[in-house]
Amino acid sequence: MTTTATTGKTRQRKGDLIFSGATRIAGLTILLALAGVAIFLTLEGLPALEAGPEKLQGADSIVAYIGPLLFGTLLASAIALLIATPLAVGVALVISHYAPRRVSKSLGYAIDLLAAVPSVVYGLWGIGFLGPQLVPVYEWLEQNVGWLPFFAGPASSTGKTILTAGIVLAIMALPIITAISREIFAQTPTLHQEAALALGATRWEMVRLAVFPYARSGIVSAVMLGLGRALGETMAVAMVLSASGIVTFNLISSDNPSTIAANIALMFPEATGLGVNALIATGLVLFVVTFAVNFTARAIVARTEKGNR
Amino acid sequence: MTEVRPPKITPRAPEDRPGRAAGTDEDLRRHIPLTHARLPRWAPALVAVLAGAASGLLALSLGWGLVAWAVVGIVLFAVALPAWSRVVENSRAAKDRLVTVLVWAAFGLALVPLVSLVWQVVSQGLPAINAEFLTYSMRNVVGEGGGIYHAIMGTLLITLMAAVISVPVGLLTAIYLVEYGQRSTMARTITFLVDVMTGIPSIVAGLFAYALFVLFFGEGVRMGLGGAVALSLLMIPVVVRSCEEMFKLVPHELREAAYALGVPKWRTIVKIVLPTAMAGIITGVTLAVARVIGETAPLLIIAGFTDSLNFNLFAERMTTLPVFIYYSYTQPGVPPEYGIERAWGAALVLIVIVMALNLLARVLGKVFAPKSGR
Amino acid sequence: MAKSIDVSDLNIYYGDFLAVEGVSMTIPARSVTALIGPSGCGKSTFLRSLNRMHEVIPGARVDGKVVIDGQELYAPEVDPVEVRRQIGMVFQRPNPFPTMSIYENVLAGSRLNAKKLKKHAADEIVEKSLRGANLWEEVKDRLDKPGAGLSGGQQQRLCIARAIAVEPQVLLMDEPCSALDPISTSAIEDLIHDLKSDYTIVIVTHNMQQAARVSEDTAFFNLAGAGKPGRLVEMNATRKIFSNPDEPSTEAYISGRFG
Repeated sequence: MTTTATTGKTRQRKGDLIFSGATRIAGLTILLALAGVAIFLTLEGLPALEAGPEKLQGADSIVAYIGPLLFGTLLASAIALLIATPLAVGVALVISHYAPRRVSKSLGYAIDLLAAVPSVVYGLWGIGFLGPQLVPVYEWLEQNVGWLPFFAGPASSTGKTILTAGIVLAIMALPIITAISREIFAQTPTLHQEAALALGATRWEMVRLAVFPYARSGIVSAVMLGLGRALGETMAVAMVLSASGIVTFNLISSDNPSTIAANIALMFPEATGLGVNALIATGLVLFVVTFAVNFTARAIVARTEKGNR
Repeated sequence: MTEVRPPKITPRAPEDRPGRAAGTDEDLRRHIPLTHARLPRWAPALVAVLAGAASGLLALSLGWGLVAWAVVGIVLFAVALPAWSRVVENSRAAKDRLVTVLVWAAFGLALVPLVSLVWQVVSQGLPAINAEFLTYSMRNVVGEGGGIYHAIMGTLLITLMAAVISVPVGLLTAIYLVEYGQRSTMARTITFLVDVMTGIPSIVAGLFAYALFVLFFGEGVRMGLGGAVALSLLMIPVVVRSCEEMFKLVPHELREAAYALGVPKWRTIVKIVLPTAMAGIITGVTLAVARVIGETAPLLIIAGFTDSLNFNLFAERMTTLPVFIYYSYTQPGVPPEYGIERAWGAALVLIVIVMALNLLARVLGKVFAPKSGR
Repeated sequence: MAKSIDVSDLNIYYGDFLAVEGVSMTIPARSVTALIGPSGCGKSTFLRSLNRMHEVIPGARVDGKVVIDGQELYAPEVDPVEVRRQIGMVFQRPNPFPTMSIYENVLAGSRLNAKKLKKHAADEIVEKSLRGANLWEEVKDRLDKPGAGLSGGQQQRLCIARAIAVEPQVLLMDEPCSALDPISTSAIEDLIHDLKSDYTIVIVTHNMQQAARVSEDTAFFNLAGAGKPGRLVEMNATRKIFSNPDEPSTEAYISGRFG
């Protein structure tokens, strides 16, 4: 055999050039899409600066329009996280450390199912079932702890309150927080855990001494990702909440602040002209806020990964 | 439980041990404490029964509902078991038991909405399901009757189109990240932004699609393709991440084996890496589809709502199942009960589709997994 | 069809790190050359530079000359893919393609390059290669079964069959027996013995008895010191290396007094 080894004149073969070029273009597409989101929302949102009260549901300027919505968004998300975080950490601990090996996988799968349920179904369940169920609870809260501004009432008779919305959001954020926490719990070095157990620690002491310190930043970023989900969630809030666009900390009355996402969903189908631009401007604000939250969360994760290496 | 037997220590006279302060005989006779008082194994069960009974008694006498009974029962259990443990065992064991009860309670609490939701959807949705419901649209229907055929078709078409856009882009990007980009700045930027992208609110994706399509089609544009674009924005990061993970799992030795046979890199990727990772990729794509098929908000904005069947992705409004659920419940028409029943029925269909996709993802993963043949 | 390889002043880098320094040697055709030396001395790196496999690792590069059959391997117009078609390689861990049957694994070299083969010609290549790898009798009844279902030793022979199916000039083996049990090892060693009448074989091994058993020539690599690049200490006929080496460090290594 005397085949020569110099058939290819170029160092890169044509097939390789085309293929690697295609993959690079795909990657660039993603960067462009993300940039596109920011650019198009800005382009279509900017005209809203000139919008008058008739297009802004009575608000004087776009800032005065977004303010209460942003407040509602943050309030609903805060309620959601207050409820979801301890639960999610507990659930993650059950799956990673407390449940017997054999069942822990199926338990994890059950929690993942929570994430698979479409948000509109959560909305349906929240308005059709959970809300009415909570009415007696709200009445009880008003009567017994009504001196707290959160429960000043008057209690809503439909259960369509920001607290209900927060609970639904908590259920939706829980699987995300759980998924990431349990991955990190499971990654805790076995050596640390065995070292703690060898010192005579109980299971809880082992978790506190070995697992939590290792997972702290992971939990923080998991909670922030859950926050990202809660901030941007639309349908569940749009359906569950009876919103009047006010700013209040009263969690159980029928006058509630709205959220950015829910407001867009409710108003967009009927909006025209500058009204559309105003809604897009609120969407831009939501995008920036969630982007910042996710960015921070991912940066924490990335830093931790580097630190552990 | 195996019984722990105290180790035997033969006492020796103190003077036999040089260099050790002569201890008392008492000191030497005491064995290492390997056991201490423990609650019997049936203790938690006993406390559970007692707590349940006590709370049940309270509930009966005060006329409480099932929920209050369960809550009080769990609280009683969480107090009683650690308290008993504290008396018999010690405070550390008591704390351990308390935390165990708490994390399991958290888990149980997390499952309550899932069970309740599935029960509600099935019990309220099932009566709506019949042949007409699945094969008719809502065109010219007032009150009773009509169906979700148009919404099912809309959902399938838009999701399919979204997959057609996202899978090639996501797959190729993942190949770039794993096979070509390696540690370049661009690859790291893409990886990071893809992670961030997974958190884009779905409504923002819808607004993006609208803002993009307005440029070409003018104000008030509604079209199925726009919905597909919005869904792709949500789907691509999921596809990229799962494909990336799968490519990383393909052993490097397989690539080297192919290179050593004189196979160019791109053929190695297409013929070795891709088939080896296929099972995981199919699973990942199916899960991504399952994720976006239930999206409502972006479609509400860009695909709109209609009562009629529309098979054309490139023109006119197109209803999808989630949007149908939303409108049927919030604007049920007169009388409202038919619209609300249709909403629950559509929700049941949607959940069944989503769960079927999740199940399918696992089955496909098994079917396409490389066979070891052993 | 086997060719000899001339290496002169070869330096191999990973990024800025010089891994192997100044290797010059001639690897004779139709014979077995063993590369021995302590871990991390660069013998595997050197082996991989003989068919440009080390380039797979980002940042890896060489300077110096590798000449086979009068052609410079690292000349700018040379396509590494063509080089690898002429110089096959067998790896430490057997790595049959998991998605392919035994039959397809043997044909992988041509199939992956989309070479059209008549059924008859393909069957012939498969049988010839599997016979060449002493595997035919064991697998002829289950050619359509996955390659990953074979035992470790069989898998490694399958990989050798796969490598010789593309009819290379040279066969490089990177510790081919280190993941195998003694019986499989002996089967592979017998195979190497048979193959050397047709191929130029270069084998990296940690097992000095193995080097002594299978090779005509042996090259001893060593590190000049911790953190320093690996280099070729001595290359000689195997018999001489193991009885009366020129260099004291070679003798120290071979007799177990490694220093």
